[in-house]
Amino acid sequence: MKRNKILPQAITLLFIVLIFGFFTMNAQINMENRGIEFGFGFLKQEASFDIQFSLIDYDGSHSYARAYLVGLLNTLLVAFIGIILSTLLGIVVGVARLSPNYLIKKTAAFYVEFFRNIPLLLQIFFWYFAALRALPMPEDANLLLGSSFMTIKGLYTPAPVWENFDIFFTTLILALILIFFVNRYAKKKQEEEGKQLPKFLISLSIFIGLPLLTFLAGGFDLSFSFPELKQLAKTSYTYEGGMGIPPELIALTLALTLYTATFIAENVRAGIQGIGKGQKEAAASIGLTPGQVLKLVIMPQALRIIIPPTTNQYLNLTKNSSLAAAIAYPDLVLVFAGTAMMQTGRAIEIVAITMATYLSISLAISLLMNWYNKSIAIKEK
Amino acid sequence: MNKINVFKPDNKNLRIFLTLGSLFFILSIVDFSLNNFLDKNITFFLPRYINFFTPLIFGIIGLHFIRIEFSGIKKLDIINKNINTNNFNASLSLFIIFLLIFCIPPLLNWFIFDANISGNTKEACTGSGACWVYIKVWFNRFMYGMYPNAEQWRVNLAFTIVLSFAGIGFFMPTKYKKYLTLYYTIFLPIISFLLIYYLISGGSFGLIWVETGAWGGLSLTFIVSFFCLIFCFPIGMMLALGRRSALPTIKYSSLGFIEFWRGVPLITVLFMSAVMFPMFLPDGTYMDKLIRVIIAITLFEAAYVAEVIRGGLQALPRGQYDAAKSLGMGYWRLHLLVILPQALKLVIPGIANTFLALVKDTPLIFVVGLLELAGMLGLAKTNPEWLGFSMEGYVFAAIIFWIICYTMSRYSQNLELKYKTDR
Repeated sequence: MKRNKILPQAITLLFIVLIFGFFTMNAQINMENRGIEFGFGFLKQEASFDIQFSLIDYDGSHSYARAYLVGLLNTLLVAFIGIILSTLLGIVVGVARLSPNYLIKKTAAFYVEFFRNIPLLLQIFFWYFAALRALPMPEDANLLLGSSFMTIKGLYTPAPVWENFDIFFTTLILALILIFFVNRYAKKKQEEEGKQLPKFLISLSIFIGLPLLTFLAGGFDLSFSFPELKQLAKTSYTYEGGMGIPPELIALTLALTLYTATFIAENVRAGIQGIGKGQKEAAASIGLTPGQVLKLVIMPQALRIIIPPTTNQYLNLTKNSSLAAAIAYPDLVLVFAGTAMMQTGRAIEIVAITMATYLSISLAISLLMNWYNKSIAIKEK
Repeated sequence: MNKINVFKPDNKNLRIFLTLGSLFFILSIVDFSLNNFLDKNITFFLPRYINFFTPLIFGIIGLHFIRIEFSGIKKLDIINKNINTNNFNASLSLFIIFLLIFCIPPLLNWFIFDANISGNTKEACTGSGACWVYIKVWFNRFMYGMYPNAEQWRVNLAFTIVLSFAGIGFFMPTKYKKYLTLYYTIFLPIISFLLIYYLISGGSFGLIWVETGAWGGLSLTFIVSFFCLIFCFPIGMMLALGRRSALPTIKYSSLGFIEFWRGVPLITVLFMSAVMFPMFLPDGTYMDKLIRVIIAITLFEAAYVAEVIRGGLQALPRGQYDAAKSLGMGYWRLHLLVILPQALKLVIPGIANTFLALVKDTPLIFVVGLLELAGMLGLAKTNPEWLGFSMEGYVFAAIIFWIICYTMSRYSQNLELKYKTDR
């Protein structure tokens, strides 16, 4: 019996060790032949390439490590925006698919079936190379909502210029902490006395009121910088000032959102359908209004079904954001596994770092969602 | 004459309300269409901010009037029940109707009425609509990539043979049904590999050798997804069993393998296969790009298949294991005869989704320089003679992929129903 357990394990172990050994040995020989030494010292070298779009200060004189950071932040930016937008759209479409209204139901179903059966890469290409290329040149752009311009070179919107941004930011964090405590107090009160405080209203007023108060007390130092048309050459125009959102970012977010939202919508639909009809009827029979039924009875239970597959969709979205490389949005893959690798030729180190980064992002998201899932799970007494 | 209460349409004044309501509804549609297509505004005398919403207001009034319960007219009742239960619902329905009026005519114009299909040059495209001539001229490239025109019959023949072999299995008499798994997992892959090696690649039997770099277009999409699909299933199954194994070495190595592939994006895996993998091979060995890509995608998708199958294994009640063990079955007999058949049946939708994801992931192989359909579009788009037709290309590819994926998902739904057994 014992031999039965040891033999397969020993074979597996031997197999793994052999494969790894074979690969490392070959890698060593190959690197020796090409005169490359394994190491991460290149990260400190000057990168000497430019990146089109960056959230932090960056130019060619910065190091490869800095370029890596720029790429990472760009990836996180797309993932963050995409997750928020696709969640909102997904919930709306998922609920719409269960609507009693025939037109709404069919439109939602059409949207889901259409966008989820087309490869994401094709959708990104479509938005970037076909749809956004049909936009006007900067000099012919029309005003949008008073002060924004939608051009072939991207979206230009007014940018807020805050002199006392740090104060605003601190109050915002303070407000969030306060809201957390208010919610805890409200929950405690409900459990002890059965009274429901208007949690949402109080939270909202704190969230808006507190930063507003500091503005009134500390002076209003907010101004906007508006985009203005500027002539570079005879036929070349651009916008200066304001905030420029590159078309790559728009196309990528649009495609990722529309694609991922279809899957989230299906999860939401399955979650709501998974709740027994009896729950709804029981809740209605103790006198809850339809709104209360959805908020207090259906949703808390449906969320438990919805969250695990939705976490997978968030992970997919983050990983899919690497398709950015196809339309030259400077994300982690394009900047680091693309340009930096071409320049340094350090394939093993760079691919390893990139993969490790994505692994840690995935891990972080799943830990966060697991924690949230646990916090809403049934607490058995 | 009954008293008329405009806020509460009722059965007694059915005819008046119905006429009024339909009038308002038609007015709303006409107003919107005139605004949209002819740039004419029939309500110009109203202030501007009301003017904008007049179609919606007319429509809501109209739908309000025809919202009569138990009217006795069957069609009206169906309409009311489906799109007109209350004012909010009515405005949503109107919104959708306006959206349809706004979108469908321009789309139809672009697709059909203003489109050009005859001719063979760019100059033939004179209309404002789509230029299908572009697709027509490039059709061979989109289907076969850079594969020489004179040799394309080889690709067609190979696909026909493989398809007919797959079809034969489908119609096999019940007597041989138990060999079906063997047929699909061992015989068919070998046949298709031989076909691809000798017929598509060539080099012997008097056929010209065509290097894999020249393969492309939709046929490459099929080749890559077909092989990955065949290989990733058994590997995924082994990984799923390994992950649930009681032996720690096997369990944790499978776990590590699965989590690694699931945590990284496919594009980095392909990068790895392109630039990192050659470093791991003995100096001087060369492995074809296509084979490297197929290995990479197979390992990647196998991890996902493994997780799906594990879900099915977990869903089986313990009693199944206990019962099989009490009959004296060993590990392999227990799994092959009792557990896996039931578990696989449970996870048909999940497996189908993974395969769909695989097909939708194949365009990514452009990062290593293999040009399947999406990649060929990129190439055709930059051809100086055919600039400015990217829209047609992407729409064409989207339609093709949509048809493939939609059929697959429908088929999997059928399969799910067919194998559904109550427990």
